[in-house]
Amino acid sequence: MMSYTKPLPVLDGDNAAHWAGARERELRVQRCGHCARLRFPASRYCSDCLSEDSEWVTLSGRGEIWSHCRFHRVYFKGFENEMPYTVVLVRLDEGPMLYSNMVGVNDEDIRIGMRVRAAFDDVSDAVTLIKFTPE
Amino acid sequence: MPDHALRNKVAVIGVGNTDFGRLPGQSPYDLGLWALKNALADAGLAKSDLDGVIVNRIPDYQRFCEIAGINPRFALVTPGQGRMSGNTIQLAAAAIAAGLCKTIALVYGNNGRSVGAKYGGEGDTYGSGGAGIWFPYGMTSPGAAHAMMMQRHMAQYGTTARQLAEVAVTSRSHAALTPWAVMRDRITIDEHLHSRYICEPLHLFDYCLINDGGVAIVLTAADRAQDGPRPPVYIRGFSSATRLADSTFPDPDYWYQPMAAVAQDVYEMAGVGHNDLDGLMIYDNFSPTVLFSLEGFGFCPRGESGRFVEGGRLALGGQFPSNTCGGHMSESYMQGWALNVEAVRQLRGQCGERQIESAKLIQYMCAAPLVSSIIYGSER
Repeated sequence: MMSYTKPLPVLDGDNAAHWAGARERELRVQRCGHCARLRFPASRYCSDCLSEDSEWVTLSGRGEIWSHCRFHRVYFKGFENEMPYTVVLVRLDEGPMLYSNMVGVNDEDIRIGMRVRAAFDDVSDAVTLIKFTPE
Repeated sequence: MPDHALRNKVAVIGVGNTDFGRLPGQSPYDLGLWALKNALADAGLAKSDLDGVIVNRIPDYQRFCEIAGINPRFALVTPGQGRMSGNTIQLAAAAIAAGLCKTIALVYGNNGRSVGAKYGGEGDTYGSGGAGIWFPYGMTSPGAAHAMMMQRHMAQYGTTARQLAEVAVTSRSHAALTPWAVMRDRITIDEHLHSRYICEPLHLFDYCLINDGGVAIVLTAADRAQDGPRPPVYIRGFSSATRLADSTFPDPDYWYQPMAAVAQDVYEMAGVGHNDLDGLMIYDNFSPTVLFSLEGFGFCPRGESGRFVEGGRLALGGQFPSNTCGGHMSESYMQGWALNVEAVRQLRGQCGERQIESAKLIQYMCAAPLVSSIIYGSER
């Protein structure tokens, strides 16, 4: 296997539960233990009720493309061989948003409003990224 | 909102800038001092006349004042983000109106080009510092966030690439008339459309130009402003508002709500309406920001900004000449400061070939998670 040179997530940081969930083919975000507001990336406080109580919950992994853009400039050396590449901003059905990449569709066919579902990409023995594919 | 009694209470009496471009060997302190000397000369003041200083992008107010050999009553540093320029000017106006100090210098110095400042890749903190989590997917840079917003605006309202190109092409036509602008060669819409993409749908020409430079502005109470060598330029109205909650992601409304709030305040405070304005200085870190601003401040209905800018409406001679110095995409990315200086120079009638005829009222506006606007007038 060729070595993976793209940036990797911090697996043991505040979002550890998210990345652990991805290994198990689940899309997990934080839920406020007081008012149930969903949030991601992780935060110590709920920005609505300021409670510190929270738990990680699994979402449906379904949503739609809010927007997308296509990088023609190399900001990370690991992406150099796939220029240009597309990043999508997905709004999950439950509300939270995520930046990600699409698989199983040509860049030219990506549309705002397109229905998508999570597609789990094992990029190394330890890391799974949550990408999306047309529903 | 600011007390309407503050209308015309504070005036700009001096402005100055350095060269813009690649200026090796000049730290932010050096660039700020260079600009300050020019602004003091413009105001006919000595440094000892200053009793207030706010530095921006210059790391430390203490070091700056030590270098400059001054002991202001009021000294502060504001964060080195472009959105802070308008707020810093407002803070200075409020400080003068409240009597914290009488004559204040705002000093900006940025050596971003020489030190290779980057707004994307490792170290990117755009989106309230949370950017790193998206690097595995290749997402980075404020430019990409604006590209996302523009893509959605295009899908939502039918705004076209050609309409967006009008913004940068118009700015460049103004920079051609600005002797110190970094990019002065005119471009056509077709040249814009055929230029390389940085982050699609944004082309090279839709991005601001990171450069070295400094800008300084001297303000004082309007009652004391009559004695200088230049006609005072009055701050008629100012306001700010934010959209900071959930700002890890682009605002789905293109910052419409904070802009609408600021618009209501600033026109009321200044006692003017859109059609009274002779020119606009629109914060243009990326060209889409100009479109969003025109909608948010009510120059056109929501979603209509693409059609609004067609046919040279923002060009000299058009209905709302905008960014007459060339702005951030052609003059230099001086993070709002040089746009405010241009407003002052236009109202003084100092702009030569790019002068807006008998300009009396100019509005500065900045669309960002922190929105601000200032209306300047040549008459009280």
